[in-house]
Amino acid sequence: MIEFKLPSLGADMDKGKLLEWKVKPGEPVKRGQVVAVVDTSKAAVDVEIWQDGTMFEQLIPIGETVPVGTVIATLLQAGETPEQAASRKREAPAARPAPKPAAPAAPVAAPPPAPLAQRRPVSPAARRRALELNIDIEKVAGTGPHGAVTVEDVEKGLARAEPAPTDRYAEMRKAIAAAMSRSKREIPHYYLSETIPMQRAAEWLARENEKRPVTERILMGALQLKAVALALAKAPELNGFWLDGKFQAATGVHIGVAISIRQGGLIAPAIHDVDRKSLPELMRALSDLVSRARAGSLRSSEMSDPTITVTNLGEQGVEAVFGVIYPPQVALIGFGRLETRPWTDGGVLRAVPLVTASLSGDHRASDGIRGARFLAGLRERLQHPEEL
Amino acid sequence: MARLSYREGMRQALREALSGDPRVFIMGEDVGRYGGTYAVTKGLLEEFGPERVRDTPLSELAFVGAGVGAALGGMRPIVEVMTVNFSLLALDQIVNNAALYRHMSGGQFSVPLVIRMATGAGRQVAAQHSHSFENWYASIPGIRVLAPGTVEDARDMLAPALADPDPVIIFEHAQLYNMEADVPDARSADIRSAAVRREGSAVSLIAYGGSIPKTLQAASLLAEEGIAAEVVDLRVLRPLDMATVLASVRKCRRAVVIDESWRTGSLAAEIVARIAEEAFYDLDAPPARVCSEEVPIPYAKHLEEAALPQPEKIVAAAKAALGR
Repeated sequence: MIEFKLPSLGADMDKGKLLEWKVKPGEPVKRGQVVAVVDTSKAAVDVEIWQDGTMFEQLIPIGETVPVGTVIATLLQAGETPEQAASRKREAPAARPAPKPAAPAAPVAAPPPAPLAQRRPVSPAARRRALELNIDIEKVAGTGPHGAVTVEDVEKGLARAEPAPTDRYAEMRKAIAAAMSRSKREIPHYYLSETIPMQRAAEWLARENEKRPVTERILMGALQLKAVALALAKAPELNGFWLDGKFQAATGVHIGVAISIRQGGLIAPAIHDVDRKSLPELMRALSDLVSRARAGSLRSSEMSDPTITVTNLGEQGVEAVFGVIYPPQVALIGFGRLETRPWTDGGVLRAVPLVTASLSGDHRASDGIRGARFLAGLRERLQHPEEL
Repeated sequence: MARLSYREGMRQALREALSGDPRVFIMGEDVGRYGGTYAVTKGLLEEFGPERVRDTPLSELAFVGAGVGAALGGMRPIVEVMTVNFSLLALDQIVNNAALYRHMSGGQFSVPLVIRMATGAGRQVAAQHSHSFENWYASIPGIRVLAPGTVEDARDMLAPALADPDPVIIFEHAQLYNMEADVPDARSADIRSAAVRREGSAVSLIAYGGSIPKTLQAASLLAEEGIAAEVVDLRVLRPLDMATVLASVRKCRRAVVIDESWRTGSLAAEIVARIAEEAFYDLDAPPARVCSEEVPIPYAKHLEEAALPQPEKIVAAAKAALGR
């Protein structure tokens, strides 16, 4: 029997609310398949499973919030029967960490029901529908018997207004506050910056894009991501995590891309294996990620896997950005605005498109000299755009 | 297609049963010379003779017991108990003998007995002749309980009931006997399922037997107000086909159960409990019941009408479930 535990979908997540099961008991699941949708307070995230099997028991009801690490479902391994799984469960009842406080599984003396007058009547079906739609039932006016909220009322409410945007924003703000406070409390940051001439990159990109239909054009942001990923090959101490008092290098280059959410807030989901993606692939992944992040449908691995973050505030018009590292990552790369400025090259003063790249590094994991070499490498990579 | 009354449908079924199987015979009070209190068996004595259409003494205990014995002995008796009111005198034979022989004999004996009885109120025959005790029988393991609420079911339920190796009780609501309908020539042999008599999406009206015409009338009244009520005919009161009921309730999210029994301990109470147990999260309103008032059924016409489920009461309950 496989125990499927609620994964951590980011360092700042300690609990999650189950919004939806994507797989029914008895259905087979494949490694990498999305099996559930969990609200992490930052976003509704599609949670993937990392083992093949057959969904057996779903232990958490929709709408319940449980701590990270809670067993939320059990799965049968290949060839395992439900009977075997059930008997195994009986043999090892302690195997489940049972961090489920006041679970509804224990039908002991229920608290006395609130007097009807004080309780707002909401039909059971309406309550369930509101959970499915992520609507705050308290904000829905009821038209059913005794003014009860019905399914129709919930669905009418959905058509009228965005579901509780203020709450979502407040939750996200809280999550960002927690992560950033932890970062500044724990991480001794050092900051480096480097002005990078972008003439070759810009010209090369313009030529490339001329050959492409508008929808497949590549943005400078994608080029920069690829350059970062390749430059990291020579600076492994920037790509990974500071965990349990020591640095752990990451095995792949999964770059978290800082994406601002229109309603407010910020999220930095990963593009996996950036160093191994071609530019067109990377561009597609980037557009897909941005649109899904804004629609609130990210996958769990995208939330939990970033090994380093890149933030690009250039479009917002600042010259340079010095970011706060997202723990437990150990570095953050910032790109400022691409702007044509005076530049000397071989004793000649010229007008050249420039960008200021910055590195925020965790001094526990790396030293300034390593960071400086990384930025030099990044600059070099961007002088050879055709190799990206 | 033929136009038949409920009475004629039942008589046709009886005639076919007598013609088709020499083991089948009818017995009961006034079923022969008088032609049946509700004239269901009229003409059968002349057609099949006194051996097969037998008038009995006025002792329900005796002739139902004789029916149990005949069934044990290999016959296929159809016992007519004039009304459910008098069946109380035969309860011991039905509940302790017919329903339990298979169990008590370790499966060695079965009782292929069919008991027909009229039921219900609404004909100004006063309290002692107006009971609805279908729910009593529907609570007993070992018997199948049928409640034909349409002409077609009156004609078609008898044959599969006779084919059942265990006792089957058929309740015929006395107010239905004159109801006429066009029925197809093809026969159904279904004594397992409930049936949706009218499709709808706003509220499930769940009823059986004598309440079916009233409920269909209520559904028409609701339709005039733009409310699409679905009418589910239970047809089989034991074992209940809850799958059909629950599917309808899940679709409409509101349920009103119509049952001519008294509310307390009624079959409607059982249905509502099952809905609460199995479809709670699909409900948009508390399930409601339209049952008889908890009084002895009055003789006076206006009081009797007031005591029984009526289309207007069903309409009101359905609208209340919709918050209207």
